Amino acid sequence: MPLNTAPNLARADDFYEALIEMHRDLDDAQSQAANARLILLLANHIGDHDVLLDALHLAREAADPQAIPSAESRSHPQNRA
Amino acid sequence: MTDIDYQRQTYAYSPCDEQQAGHVAEGPRPVVIVGAGPVGLATAIDLARHGVPVVLIDDDCSLSTGSRAICFAKRTLEIFDRLGCGDRMVEKGVRWNVGKVFLRDQKVYEFDLLPESGHQRPAFINLQQYYVEGYLLERALTMPNIDIRWKSRAVGIAQHDDHAVLTIETPDGCYTLGARYVVAADGSRSALRKMIGQESHGHTFRDRFLIADVKMDAPFPPERWFWFDPQFHPNQSVLLHRQPDNVWRIDFQLGWDADPVAEKAPERVIPRVQALLGADAKFEIEWVSVYTFSCVRMDSFRHGRVLFTGDAAHGVSPFGARGANSGVQDAENLAWKLAYVLQGRAPDRLLDSYASEREYAADENIRHSTRSTDFITPKSAMSRVFRDAALTLARDHAFARQLVNSGRLSVPAVLRESSLNTADVDEFTGGLMPGAVCVDAPVAEAAGTSWLLPHLGDAFVALIFGAPAGLDAANAGALRQLQHGEVPLRVVFVTDAGMSAQAWPGATVLRDAQGLAARRYDANAGTCYLVRPDQHVCARWRQVDATRIAEAMARATCTATSSSTTSQSAPVNTPAMA
Repeated sequence: MPLNTAPNLARADDFYEALIEMHRDLDDAQSQAANARLILLLANHIGDHDVLLDALHLAREAADPQAIPSAESRSHPQNRA
Repeated sequence: MTDIDYQRQTYAYSPCDEQQAGHVAEGPRPVVIVGAGPVGLATAIDLARHGVPVVLIDDDCSLSTGSRAICFAKRTLEIFDRLGCGDRMVEKGVRWNVGKVFLRDQKVYEFDLLPESGHQRPAFINLQQYYVEGYLLERALTMPNIDIRWKSRAVGIAQHDDHAVLTIETPDGCYTLGARYVVAADGSRSALRKMIGQESHGHTFRDRFLIADVKMDAPFPPERWFWFDPQFHPNQSVLLHRQPDNVWRIDFQLGWDADPVAEKAPERVIPRVQALLGADAKFEIEWVSVYTFSCVRMDSFRHGRVLFTGDAAHGVSPFGARGANSGVQDAENLAWKLAYVLQGRAPDRLLDSYASEREYAADENIRHSTRSTDFITPKSAMSRVFRDAALTLARDHAFARQLVNSGRLSVPAVLRESSLNTADVDEFTGGLMPGAVCVDAPVAEAAGTSWLLPHLGDAFVALIFGAPAGLDAANAGALRQLQHGEVPLRVVFVTDAGMSAQAWPGATVLRDAQGLAARRYDANAGTCYLVRPDQHVCARWRQVDATRIAEAMARATCTATSSSTTSQSAPVNTPAMA
């Protein structure tokens, strides 16, 4: 699977704080809009279509706990940690 | 002023030979075309150019009412050029290449559909459908082997092994007419489709749109303007196009709950137009229509002796101008194949490739059209959130403009998977792979400057880059034989800008005046393209090899024997590409 799900963030805690901070004082609609813009910006930066599809599949799978994990995601147990 | 008012023209019905007492049928006609819209007329003219006599029937006696299809793409204009009426279309039409996209009242970005020069035709013209039909009809009327029968409605069809028999209803009653092939060009509500028990399948969108054609003097440039959520029409989209005669097409998205009858009333339409133009704008309403649309197609475009074309075979949303444009491409794809089969140059199964190639093209058009519609009419709250995110980012960030979809405007499908193609064996870069439509380039000939595309078409063409003197004697001799073969090959040389034109019997020698032809075809000396009569590339090589040209022609006409196709990478009977 081309999507890198191993730790890769240069400054994980700082990033997480900044992500939450981005939403400060926004109502739900504004936050959804900001998230959508963020996804599009990051998707363009990644560019590679297969990587993006992997990320979409992983994100969707987590929304449906009844789903049987695919062989690909089973091989990456850290996703469920 | 001196223009004919094609919307008010009527054409006289007169009884045909088959209706005369004592008429003795001479056997089936080669082709009967049902429907004298743009697709039926284009098919008739193309067949007549190939020397095939045509009967064209229409249940009415007039042309299109309302402007309807207004955007005619570069490829369609190139086809009209080949049919002999492109100049009239372009002279009358409004040329445009630029589109602008607005979010609320701010421009998000603009695009140029034809950013390079060196093409005879613009990316698009806007022209009311009644002009297109009028010009095609006037062209058809100059051709003695086209027999047009007005007020003649196909009401029955019986299919036999080698022909079909149509029952045709006229003001004087019914008669029957046999045809070796029937072309169904009878529109989205195709009666022929119903008669053979078929329907188009797909997806109908829950949205309504209002078309208002208004006549006015307005300062807008000849560009395609698309607004998402403008203040003058909140939460919906609006599309503006300029047409000839100072007529403007305004397309208002209304939403599914709009009342399609009430919305056509002037007291509802006028305020919507005033909201866009300003309260004191002076305009007259020419035509109003409220429509919904579907992205659908028939499972197969061929049913026995009946070939389905245009809206009879497939339907798309209007965003992208892929309806009439794809229909005219259907016509071009079908005409040469019908002619070759009827003239004994190719077996009947060549017509199966019409169905598979145009089903593939229809799928591409439907895919683009569905994606545009999903962007313009988001189906969920989250789809709307992403749509607005893309639009918001597009103002400042080029990447997001890729995502904004107000219509992916019609370009011809590359028939990559066609069984008529011969796969590349040599190295090429660039887009003109087998299955692609040839691109134009400026060239020079003895008579002066001209364009490459008019030198192709109507026949198979070996388009050879380099001078005739560059060919070795064996290939030169074999090429001359192909020029006079059962399926004649035309030979067109395109030489370097610096070379003087050299003679070759029966061939055209063009000079690549600006070097653009060689660049666009990724050509160097010896590069050879084999071009179909519909100007699609079906094979290409780095060196001229007459044996390979003959094999590729046999493949593209379905006349290849098994031994000459075993060397090809794709099987002859590739299943339908859908």
